[in-house]
Order: sequence, then C-alpha cells, then structure tokens
Amino acid sequence: MSKEEKKVNRRDFLFTASYTIGAVGVGAVIWPMIDQMNPDKAQQALATTEVDISTIEPGKSITVLWRGKPIFIKKRTSEEIAEARAVKLDDLPDPQKDEDRVKDGKDEWLVMLGVCTHLGCVPLKDKGDFNGWFCPCHGSHYDVSGRIRKGPAPTNMEIPKFEFVDSNTIKIG
Amino acid sequence: MSEHEYVPKSKAGKWFNDRLPLLTLGAHLTDYPTPKNLNYWWTFGGILTFCLITQIVTGIVLAMHYVAHADLAFASVEHIMRDVNYGWLIRYIHSNGASMFFLAVYIHIFRSLFYGSYKSPREVIWIIGLMIYLLMMAAAFMGYVLPWGQMSFWGATVITNLFSAIPLVGDSITTWLWGAYSVDNPTLNRFFSLHYLIPFLILGLVVLHIWALHVPGNNNPVGIDIKKPSKDTVPFHPYITIKDAFALLVFMIVFAGFVFFTPNVLGHSDNYIPANPLVTPAHIVPEWYLLPFYAILRSVPDKLGGVILMFGAIFILFVLPWLDTSKVRSAVFRPIYRQFYWIFVLDVLMLGYVGAMPAEGIYLVLARAGTIYYFAHFIIVMPVVGLLEKTDPVPLSISDPVLTGGAEPSLARKVNDKV
Repeated sequence: MSKEEKKVNRRDFLFTASYTIGAVGVGAVIWPMIDQMNPDKAQQALATTEVDISTIEPGKSITVLWRGKPIFIKKRTSEEIAEARAVKLDDLPDPQKDEDRVKDGKDEWLVMLGVCTHLGCVPLKDKGDFNGWFCPCHGSHYDVSGRIRKGPAPTNMEIPKFEFVDSNTIKIG
Repeated sequence: MSEHEYVPKSKAGKWFNDRLPLLTLGAHLTDYPTPKNLNYWWTFGGILTFCLITQIVTGIVLAMHYVAHADLAFASVEHIMRDVNYGWLIRYIHSNGASMFFLAVYIHIFRSLFYGSYKSPREVIWIIGLMIYLLMMAAAFMGYVLPWGQMSFWGATVITNLFSAIPLVGDSITTWLWGAYSVDNPTLNRFFSLHYLIPFLILGLVVLHIWALHVPGNNNPVGIDIKKPSKDTVPFHPYITIKDAFALLVFMIVFAGFVFFTPNVLGHSDNYIPANPLVTPAHIVPEWYLLPFYAILRSVPDKLGGVILMFGAIFILFVLPWLDTSKVRSAVFRPIYRQFYWIFVLDVLMLGYVGAMPAEGIYLVLARAGTIYYFAHFIIVMPVVGLLEKTDPVPLSISDPVLTGGAEPSLARKVNDKV
C-alpha cells in the first residue's frame, strides 16, 4: 500500500515537472516568434532626423518625415502664440498649456507629430474651426497649438523628443 | 456517417476503403439526405465554396508576379495589369472575387437570420461560420493593402490604429503590428504573408462548417425538424448538386459582368495613386462590405467607445443563438419578427450607405440612429419578440402542406388552421 502511494507520488512529480519544463520551453519558443514582429534594428536606426529650419517664414510650416511619420514644423507668428495662450484650460478636452508644448525661449517653433490621435491620418493645415489643423478622416479639429478641440480624437497631437542643435537646425528623436 | 454501411463494388475499392474510408465519405456526401423544399437562398453555400477556391487559385497565380515591397509593390501590380499574360483578367477576378465572396456571404448570413438556421441544434455551425466571416474580413483588409496605393496605405493606417484605442498597451500593440513606427515596408511584408495564410485557415474552417452541418442536417424554409431519410428529403446528388450548379451559373454571370464590364466600380480610384505617407486622401472609405461597421465606428464621438461598438457589432452575432428566445425557427411563421427582420435589413443597408458618406450633419444623425437600432435588434427585439409573439401554426412535415393542396409554405398555415 505504502509502496503504491509512493509510486503515484513519484509519477505526479514527473508529470508536474514535465508540464513545467514543457511550458517554459513552449514560452521560450513562442516569444521569439512574437518579438520578431516588433520594429527591427534597421527601423530603430532611423530614430533621429536633422532638419534645417532657416528658410521657414513666420506663419508658415513644413512637413518632414521621421520614422515614416510626418512631423509638422511651424514657425508661429506672435498673434498665433498669443491666441494659443489665451485659451482657457477648461475649454480643452486634453488640458495642456501652450508653454508646455514648445521649448522655452523658442516659443515660435511648434514641432509636433502630424498624426491625428484618433486613427492616424495626417491633418490638413490652416483648416478647421480653431485656426489650426483639421483631420479629414473623421473630423477632428486642432487649434494653433495642435491641441484637440472638437471631434473624436482623444488627445493633443504628440510632441516628439527634439532639440535645437543650433538656431537653424533641429534634431528630432 | 451514412445510415447504411457503404461497401465499394470493386475489390481495389474495398481494399483502399478499408485502409482510408474516402469512398465511404464520398457515398455519404452523395446520398446525404437534404430537405426537399430548399429554395434558392440555400444555394449560397456552394457558391461560397466556389468563391473560396477562385480566390485561392487566382491568389496563388498573382503571388507568382507580385512583389511585397513598399518600393516595388505598386509597380508590380501595374506590371501584372499590363505585362503579365492575362494578368489583368486574373487580378480583376481576384479583386472582384473578394466583393462577390462578401455579396454571397451576406446573402448566406441573412438567409440564416430569416430562417433561424443559427438556432439549436445548429449553434456550432453558426459560430464556425462567423469565425470564417471574421477571417474573411481580415484577409480582405490585408489584400486591399497589398497594391500599396493611397487607399491601401491609409486604410491600413486607420484600421491598425483602431488597436491604439486599447488602454495602456494600445500603442505597443500597434507598433508590434506595424513592425515599424508607422505603416511601412515591414507591415506590407507581414500582411502579404498573412494574406496568403488566411484562405487556408478558412478552408479548414469550411470543412468543420460542413462537418457540423452534416450532424443535424440542413435547416429548411419551414424550419421544422424532419426525419432523415424520409419522404421529406432527397439525396444531395443529383437533386441539390444540379440546383446548386444552376444557381452558381447565374452567380457567375453577375461575377463576369463585374470583371469584364465594370472591373473598378467597387474599388476606389485613389488606390491607383501610389502610397504617400505625407498626404491623407480627402475622403477615406473602406471597401463596400465593411461600410456598415465603419458607420458604427464613426457614429461614436469617443475613440475607445467607437472601437468597442464596432467590434461589438460583430461579436454580438456569436451569442445570437441565445438571444433569440423563440422556439419557432423560420420567420415564415413569425409575423412580428418577420417585420423586425426587414427593418434590420434596411438598417444595415442604411448604415452601409452613411458609412460611405462624410461623417457630418444628417449622415451622423442617421449613423447614430442606425447604430442604436442595430444593437436594439439583438439585445431587445430578439429576446422580447421571441417571448411575446404569437406564432402561426407550423406544419408537422414538409410534405404535409404539399400533399394537402398548398405548395407554398405560407399557404400551409391556412391549411393547418382548418384542421
């Protein structure tokens, strides 16, 4: 009797050990299969872009490509900056001060991801009800600071990591 | 499988069948007792099988000429259209074939909804069918991306961004799907790989779908359980095969009409512009067969809410067999449900229409009303009507009304009333 019990216990241990090792093994094989779909080294290598901004006139903007996505670089006029800062935070679905969306002392330069935060379309400039951008896909309106004001987009257009290399060049990423 | 045991006539046949009973399977499929009153709405199963095989064959051929690379894909599709022998024909059959596939599957689904084919004991057939439908949508979406035109690129961007609505992990999932930081060459590559895979998954599910069908047997327009085999059934071959073949011929005329006379009418002309990640087309629309769901997505002024409702519109179909409380299958004998059924059909058509229109003004109002009715139909109408409705008398057998003078199932009621 006791001998038999011992036998069953030994078998239970073998089962549990086999399942555990098996599960670890399966997991170790599945993870590479999943992770191979994440951005590869070549994609990650495109992480920074330098842009010459010396030719942009006040009130105008350019669009550059960074990691396959458009970046809007706009040199804002002082009226536009004043307009962006006059907005009450309570009127914003995603409250954020204009000051927090630009670099200190470079208030005229708005650098942001030109991607609607709803479903990823590229908004059109100088359109919409708030003097900023308008997304033609599903009707999101952004203001002159790129903040969402009306429509289905949940958040403001994203500000990427960027820095001024010198007064004429910015490095994105 | 078969009621009677099948024995091959030849010695070689018997030798083989003892080792792999394929001949028994063939005999089962030939003799399979089928309700004798199946109407032409029942021919779409065969038509759908034809559609799947057509897509697989033309797809394999197209893959011999297509190049899945962001820089070359668009040009390779034009190469197929202009240089490859009969390339234009094969591509037009494949692209219109997708639309024909969906046309047939929608008729097939709505037939099931009208005659209650999703109800007990056929829930598993219904659920496998819905899984096929989901895979079809995935395959069609990825296939639409492959030519790498403007609609391909921006359709892919919008659809993959749906996943970014998921809280916390949404952005990581989207990046993982892309294999880049936007829709780019890695995305195209994997979509091609999956687009090639999915039809074979569908093929496997179709086998299960038919297997599950052959357990209880076909539903029928009267929606009653029948004895098999009996005077209510006919063997599948030749009775159903010839009827299916005729319906398929008519269907192929329509199919050929699109391919040869208006091959681009169901597509969008913007997809003949190469993909440009800097410019979004003014008006993005999915292919026609996804429009009702697109309308539901846009009707909600909240990103996550819209995505949940859109997926919910499909997933609610999975629990339909348990939402429908009526014991009578066929809408022929359900005077109240029958009216709601047609309202639902109109509702889906209207959602499809507003899905193609800009999301503003009256279209937005219609989309919202349509979305509310869509869900109300399943959550309120189906359970409540099933409980309250006074159904018409159901005949005892398919032959019953026929033998007593009424050929139409609708006449069967009157005959029964007198009894």
